[in-house]
Amino acid sequence: MSSARTPDQTFDRFAGRQLLILALAGIAGITLLMVLLGWASSLTGASAGANVAVDPVTKTITLHMSTEPPQLNSSLATDMLSGMVLGHVMEGLLRYDQNSELAPGVAERWHIDGNGATFWLRKDALWSDGQPVTAHDFVFAWRLALDPENASQYAFILHPIKNAEAITRGELPVDALGVEASGDHTLRVELERPIAYFDKLVAFPTYYPIREDFYQQTNPRYGAESDTLLYNGAFMLTRWVHGAHLRLEKNPQYWNHEQIQINVLDFPYITTDPNAALNLFKDNKIAQTGLAAENLYEAMERRWQIQRFMDGSVFFVEFNFRDDRATKNLHLRKAIQLATDPAELVYKVTKLPGYLPGESIFPVWLKGVNGFFRQEYPAPAPTMDLDAAREHLAQAKRELGEIPALVLLTGDNPLSSLQSEYFQQVLRKNLGLDVRIDKQIFKQRLAKMTSGDFDMVMAGWGPDYDDPLTFGDLFASWNPNNRGMYANAELDANVEIAKTSLDPKTRMDAFGEIQRILIEDAAVLPNYERGSTFVVNPAMKGMVRRAVGLDPDYTYAYIDEP
Amino acid sequence: MSEATLTPEDFRPAPATHAAQTLSRPSLSYWQDAWIRLKANRRALISLYIVMGLAAFTLLGPLVWDVDPAAQDVDQISKPPGADRSATVVEPYSAWDPSLQNGDGHGLRLAAPATNQTVRLVWDPDPHAAGYLIYRNIFPIGPENAFGLPLGETFSPNHTYFEDLLDLAPRRYYYTVVSLDAFGDRIGHETLEAEVKRVITADDAVVRGLADSPDALSVGDKVTLGLHPLGTDNLGRDMLARLMHGARVSLFIGICAPVIFMLFGVIYGSAAGFLAGNADQLLMRFADFVVALPFLLFMILFKILFDVGAGESGILPMLLAMVLLSWPGTARLVRGQILQIREEGYIGASRLLGAKTNYLILRHMIPNTLGVILVTLTFAVPSAIFTEAFLSFIGMGVVPPTPSWGSMCNEGIKTMLTTPHELIFPALFISITVLAFNLLGDGLRDALDARMRSMD
Amino acid sequence: MWKYTFKRLIQGVITVWFIATATFFVMHNVPGDPLADAKAVSPEIRANLEAKYGLDKPVHEQYLIYLANFLRGDFGISFAQQNRYVNDIIYEHFPVSATLGILAIVFAGLGGVLWGALTALYRNRLPDVIIMFLVILGISVPSFVVAALGQLGIVNANNFFGTSLLPAVGWGTIAHMLVPSMVLGLGTMAYLTRLMRSSMLEIVNSDFVRTAKSKGLPPSRIFTNHQLRNAILPVITVLGPSIAAITTGGFVVESVFAIPGLGRYFVQAVQQSDYTVIMGTTVFYGAFLVFMVIVVDLLYAWVDPRVRLE
Repeated sequence: MSSARTPDQTFDRFAGRQLLILALAGIAGITLLMVLLGWASSLTGASAGANVAVDPVTKTITLHMSTEPPQLNSSLATDMLSGMVLGHVMEGLLRYDQNSELAPGVAERWHIDGNGATFWLRKDALWSDGQPVTAHDFVFAWRLALDPENASQYAFILHPIKNAEAITRGELPVDALGVEASGDHTLRVELERPIAYFDKLVAFPTYYPIREDFYQQTNPRYGAESDTLLYNGAFMLTRWVHGAHLRLEKNPQYWNHEQIQINVLDFPYITTDPNAALNLFKDNKIAQTGLAAENLYEAMERRWQIQRFMDGSVFFVEFNFRDDRATKNLHLRKAIQLATDPAELVYKVTKLPGYLPGESIFPVWLKGVNGFFRQEYPAPAPTMDLDAAREHLAQAKRELGEIPALVLLTGDNPLSSLQSEYFQQVLRKNLGLDVRIDKQIFKQRLAKMTSGDFDMVMAGWGPDYDDPLTFGDLFASWNPNNRGMYANAELDANVEIAKTSLDPKTRMDAFGEIQRILIEDAAVLPNYERGSTFVVNPAMKGMVRRAVGLDPDYTYAYIDEP
Repeated sequence: MSEATLTPEDFRPAPATHAAQTLSRPSLSYWQDAWIRLKANRRALISLYIVMGLAAFTLLGPLVWDVDPAAQDVDQISKPPGADRSATVVEPYSAWDPSLQNGDGHGLRLAAPATNQTVRLVWDPDPHAAGYLIYRNIFPIGPENAFGLPLGETFSPNHTYFEDLLDLAPRRYYYTVVSLDAFGDRIGHETLEAEVKRVITADDAVVRGLADSPDALSVGDKVTLGLHPLGTDNLGRDMLARLMHGARVSLFIGICAPVIFMLFGVIYGSAAGFLAGNADQLLMRFADFVVALPFLLFMILFKILFDVGAGESGILPMLLAMVLLSWPGTARLVRGQILQIREEGYIGASRLLGAKTNYLILRHMIPNTLGVILVTLTFAVPSAIFTEAFLSFIGMGVVPPTPSWGSMCNEGIKTMLTTPHELIFPALFISITVLAFNLLGDGLRDALDARMRSMD
Repeated sequence: MWKYTFKRLIQGVITVWFIATATFFVMHNVPGDPLADAKAVSPEIRANLEAKYGLDKPVHEQYLIYLANFLRGDFGISFAQQNRYVNDIIYEHFPVSATLGILAIVFAGLGGVLWGALTALYRNRLPDVIIMFLVILGISVPSFVVAALGQLGIVNANNFFGTSLLPAVGWGTIAHMLVPSMVLGLGTMAYLTRLMRSSMLEIVNSDFVRTAKSKGLPPSRIFTNHQLRNAILPVITVLGPSIAAITTGGFVVESVFAIPGLGRYFVQAVQQSDYTVIMGTTVFYGAFLVFMVIVVDLLYAWVDPRVRLE
């Protein structure tokens, strides 16, 4: 002991040592606690994913999801993510192949004529419990989706089938549906009227089979957990920890299982935060992630191979055509149409490669008679013209008096806030219009759209099936999704032609007319066709992206270490 | 025992001795004393100056820096402070006809000088190609062939031109055109370096207030773009102006909400304290119920309950929600103080001296609770500011385009890596404000309340 | 003691009833339509959906049904996840939030006591200055900024070392818990450090410590038994309210780190107007907090004999 120390210093030294001991004990205690908690949470089912994004040994691909599917009952599913998971674990009569062409699924062959369709089912299609998939399973699923008791929001997609609409309305019993199983492996469908695209419809999730005995046994929890769902697709869901983890494993009962090269598709991360997903990708934890505009710099800096893809959706500003609204005035709409420039929005504000400035509500990828629809029927999109816009505005003012403040209804996600702020400022700057942003959470926005409590609304539409009609009937006066109540007899007539005609040329002409009417009438202002910019781990190959149908599709994926 | 005889002399008042009542130090009121203590506390004093500075920033700032916080300058999006602002005047944009304007020479080339208005690329047809992919990078592509952003694609071997309009900045770009064969496989690529110049059209210059009329500028002139001392955000809006206007929202909520709920709490609590008995029990039981509501959950619920209409900023609903949920704390505190002070000796003494209730309240009750209330108020400000920031973070805050520090942080956090100034400035303002109010609160507590005095 | 406990429990039950009622009426006056979806539905389907969730009945009837179900511990079926019970949702996600909260509290409590004692010991010297600066940062930087920076830090460290030291996102193992719980506990830890520091400084100069020193007790015993022990008391008193703040304050951390806790679920449910989930989680949280407060109060009475129960 050095005598130079004062008693206080000695005390401090002892106290410091004491504190150190306590700190060590504390750290030991915390470690113990964490081990205990880790053990406890493993009991409740939470689990970590594989350690690397692409594991060639176990043939595992690890990915993330933005949110979990609300549920996986195919007769009720409405959202993209349910569709994505269902597309991997279920198979309909038909499916899309690597080149996004229709291919045989459960049905080996099919025949569609004017009034009906016949599907011949393959004999080796099995459910994951080993029982065969039969025509009865389709009959049951389709009846279920239309059953008013089940209240499926996607029942409308089955409406081309005979009596389907009347069943939804409760006017006919479900067994009146125009579909019957003749034997176990032949399915006959009667149509309400001839339609040209029924084969494209049956690839949609609402048309997937459901086995009656299993459904009755698990109801009302069918599709709520991994063990209350029966699979007939390439994969099966072996684990579903809600909000945390979905794990898809190869289905050994799948008829085409030899072609499936991936053993496990693991989704151990569920996050809406693009930065978190990007961090996972950087950390080599996930094999694919989308990039936001603000991530592009880093993606280039890290020398990643960046890819892009158009997801098929179109986003636009809808006007309100109810009588008490200023936007019912054609000149006001024309003024707004001519004073805005979708290109500036896309190139300066959203700033993502892959987005295309909107010219029409029909996106560029839709097929026309021989080639692409938009090449055969170019959209007569007006170019920005401020002088003309101001003339229209002056005319509108003569007709309406002073223009009231316009309400712009928008969603609460960052991108739509950004766009509506941009839009507000552009109209203020170019036309001196007072635009008020009404930012609402999803359901409140829908409620306001339905009740017509808006002048303009930022909206979008994704395709349900691969035919221009999925966009074409959007502004028909009878369509409940036409929230602005746009009504135009000429447009309605053309929609009717497109729905009933079987001749491609006649139908495409009708769509061309619809496109022209919507632009000339300034009924809707297309903003952009949404794209997605993404990066993929170079070892994962064969992922298919498509605008209509299962996206992204990992069914044909394989691992190829570079 | 001796008899003492009292004379009237004995009952005469004693002469007033002034010496006994002379104070050795000047008399100080409670507040004067507190002020002296506060002045001695350097940290608290600095905090006080910061708070005054923030008030000046909020109220006087927009007078000095008179810039519309909603004005968008799409030429200067997400610019950090101090970025180069010179631009050359060019002709207005006109559509491109690649057959007329296709640059001279061979290979991948520019059809026109590269500007941030447009970059026009032309290349020679590849006899084996069925289409081309066009990429752009801000780094050299290097041996790993990192082509960068996929800008577009063409589907015909003779479609050998591409116009890039996407978010062009004045910097060097590396353009690559990749030839694809009929199966979509890459069969070759060519790269071009392009130095992009910042340009502006005469009309735009007038719109931005850089020139009086388009005729005053001729093509080739240099202009200097608008000044943004703290840079711009993701829509090209001036950060300084937004911070000033955001301060109005954040400080308004941060200060008004605590003031209002404390005022209500004081009235409620003192009513309970004075009434006592059953009324007191009833009032306090209700306060207990409100305390039990989970704060953040109900904050969110109330926020959506008070439907924010079009064009409203959403500040008042937030304020109301905060007031509705926060008052019971103060009510409890004040009630406790009142009950305690009622039993104090000096109140009894004052009462003995014939003080009336009004006098008691004005002279004793209020001054003695005011210190505690003031301290609590100062500490309530940071938490209100944090609550606003939190709500903005989960997208339940103020409605755009109204800026608030919280919503600016929320926007800035996405671009944290590329343009950190969009996060740093609002976060700094939140931090400084919160810190200043915390330290001021400490100082006030030390100065006003001897019992709560901290030891450092 | 038993009488007091019983009385508090009764009060607690009434409070929970109040919370449930408040939540019910707030939710039923919230604008918006929980049944609306991206695709418009026909009036027939809508009517069927309303019947399924009992929305076709008058509000007072719905309220009674809701209370009756609630008494039976049944919060109904989620609107967004049409075949999941709210009970299952709480049962699956609350343990995650609780784990996170417990760890955060432990970090905050232990860290606060240790740092506070250390700064008091090295008062006005370098460690004190450094730690108090960090404390000030911890108090004044918003939690979402801290969380984002924390995640970024993990990723950069992982990249720097070339291996995966810690996972940046997700939940499930010990490694997942470490950073999120520290971020969550940071604010409270900073607060407790300040509290502990001033409480220590008060104790150091107190008479009983001086007495102990002059008696010649070993310094280690004085420090642990006299100083630390007494200085911790005020820290323990504020731990109770901190528990509530931390368990409900997990939203930010849960969403940044993609942790499947109840807080994140609640925010999602609000964004989707998922009535049953919002009501279920709010009432559950409310009840949880009410009974936690009761438990903590009873514990105080047990730990500190000076506290008398009325």
